[in-house]
Amino acid sequence: MYGQTVSSQQDHSSQLEQGGAPDDTVRSYIMAIGPRRYELHLTIPDIHCAGCIQKIEGALRYHEGVEFARLNFSTRRLLLRWTGDKIFGRQAIEILHRLGYAPRPYDPQSLIDADKAAQRQLLTAIGVAGFAAGNIMLLSTALWTTDAQTMGGAMRDFMHWVSALIAVPCIAFAGQTFFRSALDALRARRTNMDVPIAVGLILTTGMSLFELLTHGEHAYFDSAIMLLFFLLVGRYLDLRARASARSAARELLSVMTGTVTIIRGKEQRTILARELAPHDIVLCAMGERVAGDSIVIAGHGNIDNSLVTGESLPVSVDVGDTLLAGALNIGGPLTLRTITAPGDSQVAEMVRLIETAEQSQARYIRLADRIARLYTPFVHAMAFLACAGWTLFGHAPWQDALLIATTVLIITCPCALALAVPVVQVLAVGALMKRGIMVRGGDVLEKMAEIDTVIFDKTGTLTAGRPVLCHADAIAPATGAQAAALAQHSRHPLCRALAQAYPAAGSVKDVVEYPGMGLTGTIDGQPARLGHPSWVLGHAVTDAGGMEMAFIIGKQTPVKFAFHDELRADAPDVVAALRVRGLAVMIFSGDNTPAVQSVAAQLGITTFRSQMSPAEKCDALKRLQDQGHRVLMVGDGINDAPVLSAAYASLSPASGMAIACNAAGSVFNGDRLAPVLTILDTAKAAQKLVWQNLAMTALYNMVAIPVAFGGLVTPMIAAIAMSASSLSVTLNAFRLRGIK
Amino acid sequence: MSILLFVIPLALVLGGIGLAAFIWSLRDGQYDDLEGAARRILLEDENEKS
Repeated sequence: MYGQTVSSQQDHSSQLEQGGAPDDTVRSYIMAIGPRRYELHLTIPDIHCAGCIQKIEGALRYHEGVEFARLNFSTRRLLLRWTGDKIFGRQAIEILHRLGYAPRPYDPQSLIDADKAAQRQLLTAIGVAGFAAGNIMLLSTALWTTDAQTMGGAMRDFMHWVSALIAVPCIAFAGQTFFRSALDALRARRTNMDVPIAVGLILTTGMSLFELLTHGEHAYFDSAIMLLFFLLVGRYLDLRARASARSAARELLSVMTGTVTIIRGKEQRTILARELAPHDIVLCAMGERVAGDSIVIAGHGNIDNSLVTGESLPVSVDVGDTLLAGALNIGGPLTLRTITAPGDSQVAEMVRLIETAEQSQARYIRLADRIARLYTPFVHAMAFLACAGWTLFGHAPWQDALLIATTVLIITCPCALALAVPVVQVLAVGALMKRGIMVRGGDVLEKMAEIDTVIFDKTGTLTAGRPVLCHADAIAPATGAQAAALAQHSRHPLCRALAQAYPAAGSVKDVVEYPGMGLTGTIDGQPARLGHPSWVLGHAVTDAGGMEMAFIIGKQTPVKFAFHDELRADAPDVVAALRVRGLAVMIFSGDNTPAVQSVAAQLGITTFRSQMSPAEKCDALKRLQDQGHRVLMVGDGINDAPVLSAAYASLSPASGMAIACNAAGSVFNGDRLAPVLTILDTAKAAQKLVWQNLAMTALYNMVAIPVAFGGLVTPMIAAIAMSASSLSVTLNAFRLRGIK
Repeated sequence: MSILLFVIPLALVLGGIGLAAFIWSLRDGQYDDLEGAARRILLEDENEKS
């Protein structure tokens, strides 16, 4: 009755491999850029070497109609352009799947393109500032090493003039970032790091021009431009340490768009998913997602709830069962009555939770900015004191006093401060990237260093997320091989696990798959059945949570296969190591209690909660964070996305749902749990170096300010001080490799 | 020291050429994928099928 030949299952099975992304989703990412010309952006996180570039580009580039297929290794993104049919986009994804990669389409607008433009603009500014600094330095060396008497006043003035001609336009151009930012802050009646920088630059240049026009001895064009150069470098590094930000909420929403088929009166109509209202009757075909929470009124089959609960094992449904919005129909057609509109569904609730969390995250102030808040008024006060002091107590003419005040501003130059933090963070983020851990930005590292509690999700995070056959030795290998031969014809996760457990042996014919039940076929001439124990044996069997299959061949006794979700290989060691570091470890899972209990027992975790909904997870997290704990959340499913957004720091395995990866502050590749330790240790090491750098900056200022107060600072001393402090801070950052 | 009147502008022009080259390479997108560029040198050129 409901038997379907195997080939028709291939379509939705590849969807399962893609993590449940239906055709609609891929199609919506393909952009038309001309008549029959299309463009698709894909992110491919598991690229790791030059061979990958060759494989991927080689496979795509020579297809008919492909205009452009280039892989950006640094960002792990592929841009594909082709002429022809829109369906090639999905074919390209299939090709990449067969090569062993897991590409995901993304919307390039949702990524910060502004980041790339800002990087370009900064690099241009660095180029200009570097050019100006180098050339002015040519002249300055002459000025530093002699004095006016040897050189002659006219020569000195000439050099000052040329310096000015180079410096002024270059500072005006390259300093735009700082001037604009300072202006914006002042308009909002705040100060930020850029205000003293802008003030310092303008004052230095102005004062130098004044000196120039009055045939003064010292002009500080070189200090101004060098200051600008170092600051721009610091700013650029800061930007490089940041990966692009995506709104996790928006991505979740995009899965829920599309159309649904409803029956109103006697006729079928197609409406937008968001227009669905309670009591609407929906026809849900195979491969479609349920848009609003509904109840089944006709049909039976299987659904994939991974979007909602994170569990990817199909659940069988029958008349009277409730389906949650986001469930994917992978069985026969179902007729549903809508209970809640999509906007009120649990998925929509999750979107709201994520959005709230993302807003509160925006309030975190980075360490560098916190220090800047102290630094800015301090520096201004110092300069003012110098000016006032010299005028009142030193009885100096106001020009000299102003000169000294300006040198105070120059010498306390924030370039070491601007470099102190980003230079360490960029190295740390780069080192982590090489080990397969992607960090969203420097602030993520800062937060990771303060963690005192780690919360794990269970399925897919602590476990590999794939069923594995257990007690294989209790089953005769020959039987196992035959079962595997039959299992190869289905994409059901349990069948895949069985096919991996035994080498298939035996010729199999006439395979028929019954969705949600199992397979029948003829192996070596004998009829065989493989699948759900109740279906295979013909009578109800107590089920251990859906992780069992029965196999009958010919007249032999039926054989039972049991599966469990295996822990990640190093999970016990990692949990033990976390506890050694003094961190509290917990499990928050949506799965049933016995499963969570057994995993917790295996890992030695005493605090665990089971059967939690996303809202419950968020509440529990909030309670912990209100108590003052700094929590790291590690999770991979859609139902973890709200918690990942709300936690102080968050980490997601790359094998998880795309939405979890977007919501998390960092993502790790591979099937080991060790990256959790790596990122925590690296963050601590980086933070230590950051404090060292800040201490060096403070020390340097403590020495430099009295020197400036004494009026002893000349352009040469200012230049040396600036370079020395910046260099020492940078060199200290390279110690990151040694500390870990 | 009148040579300086020649040499200093010359230095500026040469530096300017370097700057222009840098900005061109930046606009050309050569800095967008530094890691990929590092890896691509290891690839062998295959016969480009047109």
